[in-house]
Amino acid sequence: MADMIEIRGLNKYFGDLHVLKDINLSVKKGEKLVVIGPSGSGKSTLIRCINYLEEPTTGEVVIDGTALTKKNHLEMARKYSSMVFQQFNLYPNMTVLGNLTLAPIKLQKKSKEEANKAAMAALERVGLAQKAGEYPQNLSGGQQQRVAIARAMCTKQPIILFDEPTSALDPEMIQEVLDVMIELAQDNITMICVTHEMNFAKQVADRVIFMDDGQILEEGTPEHFFTNPQNPRCKDFLNKILH
Amino acid sequence: MLEGLFDPRRWEITLSSMDGFWNGFAFTLQVVIAGLALSLVLGTILGVFSTTRSRVLRAISRVYVEFFQNTPLPVQVFFYYMAGPRVLQAVLGAASPVRLSAFAIGALGVGLYHAAYISEVIRTGIESVPRGQMEAAQSQGFTRAQSYAYVILPQTFKVILPPLCNQALNLVKNTSVLALIAGGDLMYNADNFVSTYGYLQGYIMACVLYFVICFPLALLVQWLEKRSKERPRAKNIPGITPEPAKEA
Repeated sequence: MADMIEIRGLNKYFGDLHVLKDINLSVKKGEKLVVIGPSGSGKSTLIRCINYLEEPTTGEVVIDGTALTKKNHLEMARKYSSMVFQQFNLYPNMTVLGNLTLAPIKLQKKSKEEANKAAMAALERVGLAQKAGEYPQNLSGGQQQRVAIARAMCTKQPIILFDEPTSALDPEMIQEVLDVMIELAQDNITMICVTHEMNFAKQVADRVIFMDDGQILEEGTPEHFFTNPQNPRCKDFLNKILH
Repeated sequence: MLEGLFDPRRWEITLSSMDGFWNGFAFTLQVVIAGLALSLVLGTILGVFSTTRSRVLRAISRVYVEFFQNTPLPVQVFFYYMAGPRVLQAVLGAASPVRLSAFAIGALGVGLYHAAYISEVIRTGIESVPRGQMEAAQSQGFTRAQSYAYVILPQTFKVILPPLCNQALNLVKNTSVLALIAGGDLMYNADNFVSTYGYLQGYIMACVLYFVICFPLALLVQWLEKRSKERPRAKNIPGITPEPAKEA
């Protein structure tokens, strides 16, 4: 399989703070990659570099053979990637349906009927078709995140980035969101997911990477992380989140 | 002297010489509409400027706002009155100073003045929208301008409508500054009446007429404030949402 994403020599500074240190990483087409690590390890910054929400200080991010630049990143986002945020970031002034159809209508120039149809299919998949006319603030956190995932599916990009999608949720709502993500993982899309949910990693991930202090310290299959992690910091981290 | 206020004859005369008041009232309304249009357009532009990443645009907005908020409106209006014709003469290359109508001075005066306040209202409105909204829009591939147009600005409406109406209300009252330059507005006509007849009824009548415009605006502010705190109700989208249950 060809590489969908290739990250070469990526460094990111926030002022004097060195957040990402010479990251090199390739992700294959259709691969499901889970990124774990303690907070402040740079994992969110890493996936935010993949859609240029953060601009790399040095190094490059290549998507399907094209390097991201200041000029092309919006066009590349339209074509290749969508994102699911920790805080959902649904548009509160629009209905659920409006949230799902805004980009297809305005950016992909789909007709309203076409966009509505695709949106309803996506809502059906996340089990929220009956909420199409509702406003986000009237939904539970879990429902909002499922809508956000449907919004990401609707635009049909080949990459979906998940930035700690369940971290802001009440415990009883985490599973409903994970179930949707697990189901979505059946599709041939490339998924990169920053999460602490190791059970999710076990079920869908082709590969897991562990980050700390701006570096990738260990990578392998989920199996490897459960049974035989090598790096002491990684062991320590897994001990904390698995118990 | 005050017993004159209760003199029925004086009231009778006042009520029978309302033509001047109505003319002034109509003129004031025209100045309000033009001034409001100017201040809304300019204020929105300056408000957006103050939230952009461009330092130059932010500086332009800052200087404008500070200048107009920290100098008195009557001084500004006197300045337009005296300097405006000469500025126009220079700009147009005319032989003599170009007279500015009272309407133009009034609309310009309150328009430019309130644009500064409206700019601040817009700025706070935009800043009240969480950063994640811009990020969500950009992650979908919207440009900054599109993100503002489709996502950010529509969200500010609820927050800014009450203070915006408040500005409209103040703008109405501030048009009375035109009386200082013999502007033909409501206050000017009321003052004329009082100087002619010596009846204070003229000022009371002016108050009543200003009140007639402003009080509904004040009620609107209250209603908008209340509404902005309510949760939105689910929308009925034909063909998509289930039909609402019909009352039996």
